[in-house]
Amino acid sequence: MDIRRLFTLVLLLLATIAFGQDHDHSDHDGHDHDAELQGDDHHKEGGFAGGHHDICTFHHEVTPENFSAQQIAFHHIADANVYSIGPLQLPLPAILWSKDGGLDFFLSSKFDFDRLGHGTGHNAHNRYIMDGGAIRRITDPSFPDGTVEIDGLKHKHETTEDGKDKEVTYVCYDGKEYRTDAESTLDGGMFGGGLTSFHDFSITKNVTAMIIVTLLMFLVFRHIAKKYKERDGKAPHGVQGFMEPIFLFIRDEVLVPFLGDKSDRYMPFIMSLFFFILALNLFGQVPFLGGANVTGSLSVTLVLAVLAFLVTNLSGKKDYWQHIFWMPGVPAWVKTILTPVEFLGVFIKPITLMLRLFANITAGHIVVIIFVSLIFIFGNVGTNIGGAIGGAIGSTVLTLFMMAIELLVAFIQAFVFAILTTSYIGAAVEEHHH
Amino acid sequence: MLYLVDFSVIKPDLGLIFWTTLIFLLFWFLIGKLAFKPIGEALKKRETDIQDALDEAAKARAEMENLNLENERLLAEARAERTKMLKEASDTKTEIINEAKDKAREEAKKMIENAKVEIENQKNAAIVEVKNKVGAMAIEIAEKVLKKELSSDNAQTGYVNQLVDDIKLN
Repeated sequence: MDIRRLFTLVLLLLATIAFGQDHDHSDHDGHDHDAELQGDDHHKEGGFAGGHHDICTFHHEVTPENFSAQQIAFHHIADANVYSIGPLQLPLPAILWSKDGGLDFFLSSKFDFDRLGHGTGHNAHNRYIMDGGAIRRITDPSFPDGTVEIDGLKHKHETTEDGKDKEVTYVCYDGKEYRTDAESTLDGGMFGGGLTSFHDFSITKNVTAMIIVTLLMFLVFRHIAKKYKERDGKAPHGVQGFMEPIFLFIRDEVLVPFLGDKSDRYMPFIMSLFFFILALNLFGQVPFLGGANVTGSLSVTLVLAVLAFLVTNLSGKKDYWQHIFWMPGVPAWVKTILTPVEFLGVFIKPITLMLRLFANITAGHIVVIIFVSLIFIFGNVGTNIGGAIGGAIGSTVLTLFMMAIELLVAFIQAFVFAILTTSYIGAAVEEHHH
Repeated sequence: MLYLVDFSVIKPDLGLIFWTTLIFLLFWFLIGKLAFKPIGEALKKRETDIQDALDEAAKARAEMENLNLENERLLAEARAERTKMLKEASDTKTEIINEAKDKAREEAKKMIENAKVEIENQKNAAIVEVKNKVGAMAIEIAEKVLKKELSSDNAQTGYVNQLVDDIKLN
């Protein structure tokens, strides 16, 4: 147990460092990072003449100057309104709602994106467009509704009110440029998002991955449950024998130590958490199967953490609340310090659950993508074959190593989420005897 | 630019939150109820079964051991019984033999005694008979002699006296 914890800690630390470094780059001007990598600096905002910013286009030429591993990483970990299997782009249902436009429901193939491309649509539909797999909305109400062929897209840098650099997509149509909005997010502008003109309730890549995984898990576990009934009194067989040790491990190492005889009540929830997270972690790691970064999306870990929070606090016994608000056996002046700390702890616990899983999985995905990008960095985006070969060799070794670690992280993070949630519930339902 | 530099995964997206909630709740209720619960129950049942079987085996083993002990005890008892019986039989045999010997000896003694008495009796009878016979013969002879010699009275009287004297002497 101790070794396991230590190992998790080391991995967490490594992942955090990897993530932190990457995040640092994104925090300063992302273009310095590119300049560093490419060894030339005519990439600065001012001295950018004749760049792609000024051309309306669907196909951006990748050059050693504009290649950015960070961009590629951010694009690949992002949710999308297309499902990509390798270079193949499959359309997904788009469900969009805007205050002025109401509800829109259509297949994202309406945007007419290239099947072997990057998910940039040639059409606008009801003022929605698709840019790099993500749906955006033209803010100008004078833009025609219905399906309209557009002339191209433009990415412009803008400075927001709080002084942050922001990239905005413009649509070129009929000789004019139309500004677009990204979908609404609930960060309140903290991470550059916020409420915009529309909400995206689409069956996105992440939602599709969740549906696939849930169906798969349902079939597998129904099959196993049936096998237990059919083969009653017989030794486990096949997939049943594969899952049983995992199931027993969670039951005996996670549930029973914290919950004791109350294990049965919380077993379905903890098992669901563990297998849901594990399956999605692993599913996101399979190369050329979409690589959906589901558990690396804050929205997903937020939902799981909120549910853990609700289950914990709704099953909280009298003792649990007493320990938070009026810790027995402690002098009154200590209580004035302890109570705020304990009260904050109620919220900090699920927040750490949310951030830990999100950061670990996202970091893993980013590192793998950065390692793969080494091929292009050393190969100078196809202009230096020798460098590309060297990069490919180095990248293969590093990616292989990273994927092995990620495989471990997939299990560890699912286990950590499950065991911490169980321990919180365990503390909530525990009855103390003073 | 190829893509926007947008770290979108950190932005909570209402659509994704909605779908995740829905899908996870479905996962929880469907798989939890239809799969995890029965699997957990089956595993628990199997564990109880295994424990029961082990307990049963332990019990059977203990019983077997008891039975063995009992058997051994019985065997030992039987052996002791046999030895005792053999000893008793041998004792009885010796006793019977001795008794028989004693009886035989006694019988023999009695028979010898009887024989002795008989012999004595026979002897006595024989002696009496011989005496009688001899007496008769003597009388006969005496008669005959007397008949011949005692033709005169003198002789007769003398002889009678002589006889009387003899008898007296005897």
